[in-house]
Amino acid sequence: MRSVVPVLTVVAAIFAIWYLAAIWLNAAWAYDKATRSGEELGVVALVADTWSQEKPKLPAPHQVGVEIWDTTVEKKITSKRSLIYHSWITLSATLLGFALGTGLGIALAVGIVYNRTMDMSVMPWVIASQTIPILAIAPMIIVVLNAVGISGLLPKAMISMYLSFFPVVVGMVKGLRSPDAMQLDQMRTWNASPSQMFWRLRLPSSMPYLFTSLKIGMAASLVGAIVGELPTGAVAGLGARLLAGSYYGQTIQIWSALIMAAVLAAALVAIIGLLQRVTLRRMGMA
Amino acid sequence: MSWLAFAFGAWALGWWLNARLAARPRTQGTRLAVPLIFGITLIAIWEGLVRGLEISPVLLPAPSMIAVRFVASTDILWEDFVQTVIKGALSGYAIGCGSAFLMAILVDRFDFLRRGLLPVGNFVAALPVIGMAPILVMWFGFDWQSKAAVVVVMVFFPMLVNTVQGLADSSAMQRDLMRTYAAGYWATLLKLRLPAAMPFIFNGLKIASTLALIGAIVAEFFGSPIRGMGFRISTSVGQLALDLVWAEIVVAAVAGSAFYGLVALIERAVTFWHPSQRHT
Repeated sequence: MRSVVPVLTVVAAIFAIWYLAAIWLNAAWAYDKATRSGEELGVVALVADTWSQEKPKLPAPHQVGVEIWDTTVEKKITSKRSLIYHSWITLSATLLGFALGTGLGIALAVGIVYNRTMDMSVMPWVIASQTIPILAIAPMIIVVLNAVGISGLLPKAMISMYLSFFPVVVGMVKGLRSPDAMQLDQMRTWNASPSQMFWRLRLPSSMPYLFTSLKIGMAASLVGAIVGELPTGAVAGLGARLLAGSYYGQTIQIWSALIMAAVLAAALVAIIGLLQRVTLRRMGMA
Repeated sequence: MSWLAFAFGAWALGWWLNARLAARPRTQGTRLAVPLIFGITLIAIWEGLVRGLEISPVLLPAPSMIAVRFVASTDILWEDFVQTVIKGALSGYAIGCGSAFLMAILVDRFDFLRRGLLPVGNFVAALPVIGMAPILVMWFGFDWQSKAAVVVVMVFFPMLVNTVQGLADSSAMQRDLMRTYAAGYWATLLKLRLPAAMPFIFNGLKIASTLALIGAIVAEFFGSPIRGMGFRISTSVGQLALDLVWAEIVVAAVAGSAFYGLVALIERAVTFWHPSQRHT
């Protein structure tokens, strides 16, 4: 609770800088307009103009707020112009990709922990796979999968999956190996079978690691879904809103999509954080 | 049919070899050989399946085709590499990490700033920052400056958070010892806290190195001059020249791994004292 005041101060400072930057960046256009219509521009008029342009270089926060309000609350959810509709498209791809990525990640991690061959051959490639900028291949994956007849949700989810499986593998391998020799020996003295060892010791003790990686994976998954929407020709989704906005210079639309994506990311991570707290408390680990 | 048999044989041989090698005691040799064999096996299976199932090169070109294309168009690849990696990613990486480092020292100096900025920084680091790309392209134009700007925005917060965490890592005992030596703020910072922060700083630098490449390439999807890896990938996909796309991907992968490896090497030289580096 101590840090509420500093955080609020920083947030207030960000908004202040944002408003000032809006004046600075949009002033050129305002002056331009004034000279063309032959008016003198006072300070008050200048500020008012820079904060209310139609296609500003940097829209003021309240303009973005109004746009978000208009496109979420005022529009019907089914409308193509509703931001909730676009967020839902992105969210569904994110969640599907996240589920696939988590499943793949846990399966790989179990394999790596239990099979020495897999550990030595797969693990270095899992790490190397992340130095490949997968987002760069996103357009190709989408186009190729479209060509074989898979379109819609799945191609985007594949990209999300690729981005989110990595943190899960790394975290789960660490987590499944976290029981120390003493605990393993204890299980052995109780004559525990390998499956009991897994379900009663290794899996429970990997939970804190799992949740930490899930948070990272979720954020990565959202980025994957957004980038995956870029090459589909701006049909639907937050990424498509970004691309359409940048084609037509609709800066307010870009910013509102961006804020929406931020809210989505924060909400998803917060949900996992909540699950983490509840689960770990019930397991007596937090 | 024989290609399919080849793919299956490659899989069986690779798996058998690796199983044999993994069963032997771990040495430097097996640690290198096992992943290498795994990779070669994958490529062989890929080649065999593409030829055996007669997959159209428009969908998935065989590795041999990609290699031929790579050799044939090295000049284009080099031009794109310079535009995207050297001009866009590296300059943005240097500016972003440098400014984040200085900012972290400033933040660390004032407790108020640290308590305010860290939660916000953590929050921003989890956001899809890549979405800033179209805005920055609009502000800084189509050339590499806008790509560098995207990279700066992407690497700034992970680097900031890691450095601030690292600067807080020295223990109270160590700081007290510095005080008994009558060391001032700067002496403590330079001789104790910065060296202690190095593992964290390098962690940030490593995360930032992969982000930098991604940022520079994705930013090119929103507008670029007629060169650059992101531009080439998106236009070649449109022309169905997938072998060129894969050649670009190979370049990106090699550049990304080399960049990461370089940072890791410097880390090993600088933080040789840290437990994670002291395996013999």
